Amino acid sequence: MSKDKAPRILKIDILRFDPHDPEDFPSMERFEIEESHGMTLFIALNDIREHHDNSLKYDFVCRAGICGSCSMLVNGRPTLACRTLTSKLDEHITLAPLPLFELIGDLSVYTGKWMRGLNEKLETWIHDKENELNVDKLEEKMEPELADEIYELDRCVECGCCVAGCGTIQMRPYFKGAVGLNKIARYHLDPRDKRSDEEYYELIGNEDGVFGCMTLLGCEDVCPKDLPLQSKIAYLRRMMLKTAVKN
Amino acid sequence: MKVIYTDVLIIGGGLAGLRVATGVKERGHEAVVLSLVPPKRSHSAAAQGGMQASLANSAMGEGDNEDVHFEDTIKGSDWGADQRVARMFTHCAPKAIRELAHWGVPWSRVKRGDHQSIINAQKVTISEKDEAHGLITARDFGGTKKWRTCYTSDGTGHSMLYAMDNKAHEDRVEIHERLEAMALIHENGRCYGAVARNLMSGELVAYVSKATTIATGGYGRIYEVSTNAIICQGTGQALALESGVATLGNMEAIQFHPTAIVPVGILTTEGCRGDGGLLLDKDGYRFMPDYEPDKKELASRDVVSRRMTEHMRKGKGVKSRYGDHLWLDITILGREHIEKNLREVKEICENFLGIDPAEEWIPVRPTQHYSMGGIRTKHTGESQTLKGLYSCGEAACWDMHGFNRLGGNSVSETVVSGMLVAEYISDFLDSSDSDITIHTKNVEKFVKTEQAKLDKLLENEGGEDAYVLRRRMEKIMMEKVGIFRNGKDLKEAVDELEELLKRSKNIDVFRSKSRAANPALVNAYRTQKMIRVALTVAMGAYLREESRGAHSREDFPERNDEKWLKRTITSWPDTEQTLPTVTYEDIDISEMELPPGFRGYGKDMTIHNSATKEAQEKVDSIKAKMEAEGKDRFEIQEALMPFKDILPKKYQGKNERLTERLENE
Repeated sequence: MSKDKAPRILKIDILRFDPHDPEDFPSMERFEIEESHGMTLFIALNDIREHHDNSLKYDFVCRAGICGSCSMLVNGRPTLACRTLTSKLDEHITLAPLPLFELIGDLSVYTGKWMRGLNEKLETWIHDKENELNVDKLEEKMEPELADEIYELDRCVECGCCVAGCGTIQMRPYFKGAVGLNKIARYHLDPRDKRSDEEYYELIGNEDGVFGCMTLLGCEDVCPKDLPLQSKIAYLRRMMLKTAVKN
Repeated sequence: MKVIYTDVLIIGGGLAGLRVATGVKERGHEAVVLSLVPPKRSHSAAAQGGMQASLANSAMGEGDNEDVHFEDTIKGSDWGADQRVARMFTHCAPKAIRELAHWGVPWSRVKRGDHQSIINAQKVTISEKDEAHGLITARDFGGTKKWRTCYTSDGTGHSMLYAMDNKAHEDRVEIHERLEAMALIHENGRCYGAVARNLMSGELVAYVSKATTIATGGYGRIYEVSTNAIICQGTGQALALESGVATLGNMEAIQFHPTAIVPVGILTTEGCRGDGGLLLDKDGYRFMPDYEPDKKELASRDVVSRRMTEHMRKGKGVKSRYGDHLWLDITILGREHIEKNLREVKEICENFLGIDPAEEWIPVRPTQHYSMGGIRTKHTGESQTLKGLYSCGEAACWDMHGFNRLGGNSVSETVVSGMLVAEYISDFLDSSDSDITIHTKNVEKFVKTEQAKLDKLLENEGGEDAYVLRRRMEKIMMEKVGIFRNGKDLKEAVDELEELLKRSKNIDVFRSKSRAANPALVNAYRTQKMIRVALTVAMGAYLREESRGAHSREDFPERNDEKWLKRTITSWPDTEQTLPTVTYEDIDISEMELPPGFRGYGKDMTIHNSATKEAQEKVDSIKAKMEAEGKDRFEIQEALMPFKDILPKKYQGKNERLTERLENE
């Protein structure tokens, strides 16, 4: 937005619905607001709530693209709203809640509950029954490159964009999604997790796991953290096939 | 009335709260965590740069140990910290980080051989030893003698929080998400849990517990611009305050971080400067060496923020439509380093500023960042005045940061205080003191009171707009309770906030009348709480007529140990009061291992306490005598200020380092 031109008037259409109100039904509502310099959807939505409609529901926490709370459909595409600059969008913007997750109201969805379920199912923690930790002693060593590789996959913020962008999950509601498969890739890489390939196979060696993926790869297209989802899913599939053949 | 009973109610699902939960679980107690958001979305995730722990693995950390970490922390606090607590902390930080490594945090590791680094704008070669290869490495941070800040790229808090939440999953900790604690349940000086509101359905639930822990983080959002997540609104401090029994400590101690981006106030980590980044003015001139020739950009945060402000006041700031700012230059670190070790910073620059920090300078200015003050507790994390109420992490003031926190000491504090407080709570639960004796009739009273408050907000007509009050409060805090403070502005701030507090009793939630998920209702009651918290900050700052750490009074520029070596204690005994009650707690110099001295920044303006000299002489003579007798550093420390016996037994052991090996049992 140049300094000289008059600011744009943004026309923001928002899908409204309050599932707690039996009288309510889903509808689009338009808000018109004046764009400001460096405006993000976080700023725009707060402006709407403060000056137009204080009942508008949405979720922001860090507002810095770090916590993964604010994913929604922006012009039909799943993304983090907080770091979406309005200057990069047309003046007519459509916002809708992320599909597939439980709707709390308007743009607020319960991704946290879905992710919790996933983490519990896949047991996304270090499994190590042999080594009792002595907190006084030197830590176990790890190759620096390996630590970096694990961190690379650990960067997932559980925002749910990959789930919303997934074709498979539309047909298989229990599909683990790229978020789940990436987590398994992360723990498989981590020597501190002592689970065997067979144990991993139990978790994702089926059609709700790595064999369900139709390789449409919407996940990788929409991942706000640019995680290497495509290569990790391919890697897991090879590994799981090997495990299956071996047994 | 819905009642849920548990052993420990933990309010707040960030690093500190989750660490308490897993700790008490391990001791065989039940815990329920209440969290406003899914725990992995907590503000802990935003800690970028790292966690201080004196592992001494990397070449630039050689010679580091608990003693050096302790000294840095106390100097950083401008002698406001409780030295026994700082000792407990520095002793346990290596244990906490090793525990987190065991739970899966992919800490960045030492790589053997030579590698290039930037120190003081010069390329230098650092050689890492063979035997350190693969151990946890560290980077430089402000106000520290050694490179001590351990990290995972610049997503340290994220990795720690994910590992911690996953550990909580493993331990089957019960987590109740999207629940907000509204009031503590207490009777006869004993806390029995809290009334909580479900943010989705609006239902009020009474959580009745033997012990209650507040781990809700800081209160940065009482300021107009803050690096804090939007949920850091001081509701935990307000809960304690509104009990009328629990107290808050040093609420005026507010940290401003030197490098938040302009205008949105999102943080760029201290790691930028730790790794060699520079601060430049409108002429591209590096000004910090003129002010602080020794530590330059890596002076303590309070010092750098003040120097930046001073420099801008001299007209050296870059003019922008959002006011003056300065530049942070990390281009000298090179693209490879930025994309590997500062990628979060890179993403933030791209997404919020539209610039590439490997090519362009980043517009920054000091911005509210951390709350040193909080719920005043003993070293066990228990409130000094409300039995059964605990607090830890940023929410608390136990008090290891005094008037200025070192970078890297806060995520470290979350896990260390969490692991310690979990033990103290467990000890309490194991005793009969922890029995729940409150009658349900009295529990119900607390629920009804909260219900009545909500009803009033929803039914009120023609009252005040909560947003108007809140925005005014934020402005007052920004303009009058900022980096540099003075008596006139602070007095005005107190008066205006008091007026806002009175008006806030008449808030009207207009249009949005739902009792279920209702952001307008949430904003209304939180605004009432925030104004109260803001008043404790402004009042404490107004009364403290000295400059200590981050509290800087233009009309009282000297640190005054004679009159002000004490903690500010605030409480709100009567709900009808329109100002907090303020008292003070003396800090005893004779008990210090490190008596007050000069921090080494700028000119020494300290007004010393008459007891300081004697205390210093005593410390010096004990040290000299014991060193002559060939005593080791542990024995000398023990003689100066014993602290081991107040630590839980399991954490009393010495920490192993490459140069301090433990005998194999």
